[in-house]
Amino acid sequence: MSNRNQAQILLEPERYELTAAAPYRFDLDRREFFKFLGAGVLVVSILKSAVVAQESGGASQRRGDSLPKEIDAWLHIGENRKITVYTGKVEMGQNIRTSLSQAVAEELQVPIEKIEMVMGDTQLTPFDMGTFGSRTTPTMNLQLRKVAAAAREMLIGLAAAQWQTDRQKLVAADGKVTDPQNNRSLDYAALTKGQQLTQIVTVGTSLIPATSWKVAGQSAIKVDGRDFVTGRHRYPSDQKLPDMLYGKVCRPTSFNATLVSVETQKAKQMGATVVHDGNFVGVAAASTELAAAAIAAIHAEWKSEPQPSSKELFDYLRKNTVEGKDSTGDGDRFDLGSVDQALGSADHRLQQTYTVSYIAHTPLEPRAALAKWDGDNLTVWTGTQRPFGVRGQLAEAFRISEDRVRVLMPDTGSGYGGKHTGETAIEAARLARAAKRPVKVGWTREEEFTWAYFRPAGVIDVSSGVRSDGTITAWEFHNYNSGSAGIRSYYEIPNQHIVFHATNSPLRQGSYRALAATANHFARESHMDEMAHVVKMDPLEFRLKNLKDERLRAVFEAAAKQFGWGKTKTPGQGFGMGGGYEKLGNIATFAEVGVDRKSGEVKVVRVVSAFECGAIVNPDNLRNQIEGSNVQGLGGALFEAIEFENGKILNGKMSQYRVPRFSDVPVLETVLLDRKDLPSAGAGECPMVGLAPAIANAIFDASGVRLRSLPLVPDGLKQS
Amino acid sequence: MSTIRLTVNGRPYTVDAEPKTSLLTVLREHLDLTGSKYGCGEGQCGACTVLIDGKAQRSCVTQVGSISQRQITTIEGLASGEQLHPVQEAFLDAEAMQCGYCTSGMIMSAVALLQRNPAPKESEIIAFMDGNVCRCGTYPRIVSAIQKAAKVATASSAAKGAGR
Repeated sequence: MSNRNQAQILLEPERYELTAAAPYRFDLDRREFFKFLGAGVLVVSILKSAVVAQESGGASQRRGDSLPKEIDAWLHIGENRKITVYTGKVEMGQNIRTSLSQAVAEELQVPIEKIEMVMGDTQLTPFDMGTFGSRTTPTMNLQLRKVAAAAREMLIGLAAAQWQTDRQKLVAADGKVTDPQNNRSLDYAALTKGQQLTQIVTVGTSLIPATSWKVAGQSAIKVDGRDFVTGRHRYPSDQKLPDMLYGKVCRPTSFNATLVSVETQKAKQMGATVVHDGNFVGVAAASTELAAAAIAAIHAEWKSEPQPSSKELFDYLRKNTVEGKDSTGDGDRFDLGSVDQALGSADHRLQQTYTVSYIAHTPLEPRAALAKWDGDNLTVWTGTQRPFGVRGQLAEAFRISEDRVRVLMPDTGSGYGGKHTGETAIEAARLARAAKRPVKVGWTREEEFTWAYFRPAGVIDVSSGVRSDGTITAWEFHNYNSGSAGIRSYYEIPNQHIVFHATNSPLRQGSYRALAATANHFARESHMDEMAHVVKMDPLEFRLKNLKDERLRAVFEAAAKQFGWGKTKTPGQGFGMGGGYEKLGNIATFAEVGVDRKSGEVKVVRVVSAFECGAIVNPDNLRNQIEGSNVQGLGGALFEAIEFENGKILNGKMSQYRVPRFSDVPVLETVLLDRKDLPSAGAGECPMVGLAPAIANAIFDASGVRLRSLPLVPDGLKQS
Repeated sequence: MSTIRLTVNGRPYTVDAEPKTSLLTVLREHLDLTGSKYGCGEGQCGACTVLIDGKAQRSCVTQVGSISQRQITTIEGLASGEQLHPVQEAFLDAEAMQCGYCTSGMIMSAVALLQRNPAPKESEIIAFMDGNVCRCGTYPRIVSAIQKAAKVATASSAAKGAGR
């Protein structure tokens, strides 16, 4: 807890997809192999081993960021006065193209429209591990501010040298360095004369304090918003090249199936390029229709072993732990005092189990990739949160060195943690290699629901001991499978035993916005309400009695005030809260629900969120992220769940998997606490974690029914 | 394969396609009008919404053979030159998007709604728009954008009326 203000650099164990093996391994082309041997590039990397491990999603998953510090890799000032900023981060709706532009504009003292962001292109931008974990704002934003500030200082230095004057007398503003005393100025472009700036960013570079921000700290309209409202922006699935073919993959009939036999003659006769390589069967054809028809004409036989189903999921998870795997890190277990003793001597003891289902990210743009080979060089445009990771996967799949692979990420149709891997990129590249033409693969919604990865399901057992005066004395917390993000309690409890247990998940699982913090906060904050009920205390008072952290107390108090906590309610109405901190942000969420006991309908009527993430960079975008977290969080809280049976998804269509719509949205109120004295943190994830427990607690308040499973009411509130 | 004549954004096109091919596929693959998006393929998410004779339709479940001779408007045909349609302006002003993938469909549905009902109540907006999904959750901003566009349109038609 002492390090909570530092940018997080560990990877949580539930980011399973980052360490998974490539989905296909292709036979090595002998000629290519020797060609490489001859060229001497078979040994891959010029990067440090730690960076390579992160980049390829290899063995180590616990390394920190490694940010190159040389300024020319990051920022370029052109003679046309255009400022170009290079970052490996990517844009998928979190609006960092705008907020990073703001940060640079502020430090460099140029209008925001002068800045062009080149993002997520492995050839042009410096290595970046990926855009996830709400790290762009605390790390990249700060890094780019430092880079821009260093550039500003250097430009002032250049002007001082040119005019042979004291740099202290010079001012950088509006893209120019000005000498007010002698009434002269030179714009940045004139000072740089197109040369490359090679300045090392130093720790001492002075940043403009948040209290003096003019561009940063203000709401700014999405920098390229016009392209989005006119349909002009080209997402990964919109990419096109001359002579391009459309690819499709023949999918196994169930998970973990192996191909027994395949008959592809008919597909070939239809004019499609057919690839059968190991477990991979796919086609490329002149149109999506033709590709689909060719796939339909392929007769493939698959075999698989019996697999668990969603009905028995929670039992299965408990019984299939893999102790030792991923459960050795500091984040995965925590012990303090003696829980057994404290439980024995507590006035009240409580033991409950909470569960969460697998859910699907359902990004509105399904995975897509366009691949093109030039000899042995591969270029892929794809929607991914980790272009460098996908480059590594491609290099691994095709056994070529990474410097022959270029991955570009056009701003994509969302990710939410679900686009960390390169399946479509590999599929498109494999088909393109066979077809000797560019190939685009765009997954259907059904493929996205089935062959992507899911947010981990989980079982959480909580045992607690509490004194009659409301002091929590014991806290035992076991999370099976869902993950360790947010597993630690922020309440002051002298005796704690907290463990994350990794399991053999029956479904492919991986990162999802806020990771396991959603599950862990749901269990913890629901249990807090249950304890408050046992000792007959007001849930807010009970929390504050056991909470010292000032920032967290502040958001609970601010949300309570805005919500009107303590007001009287009408029949069927219920109020509840949940909150905590995650990814350097602090959230308290208060919810009002309406429950119709006759019909079982549960309506979330109003949600108040109080959020604090240090100094605010773009207030309007921050509100947008918080509102979005709440709306998306409604789905997982109320009705989203993946159903599966024996290796098959049962509800893998938009018509079968309910996502939040206009009519589900409650009144959303957001209170922002701006701490200009604290570093800025991200906001894409944290605001989500308070919602599910707030709703569950409000349902209890309204109906007396305690729900301990997410989703809470997929079929309405059943009579108990 | 048939030869199908289409009018899209006021321009005539001739395409060779199976009549049962979806309009969305024809727009995106044959005409390179990629502003209409694929989201679900079953008319459930609204990302592919276009106007057919002014009515909002899901182009992913519309067979191209069924709509020759009819006026199709896509997101690319909404602005007049550099002048954005009021609904497009309103979406920009209200920052009614995050990833923006649903935005084309949202805007086309909203345009259809306002053509039918120039001053919709909030409940009417929600009911009409409920078939359009925004996974980023910007629904409240989309509702405000539509309300704003409605006000602008009403004001400008009132101004026109006053000028006569």
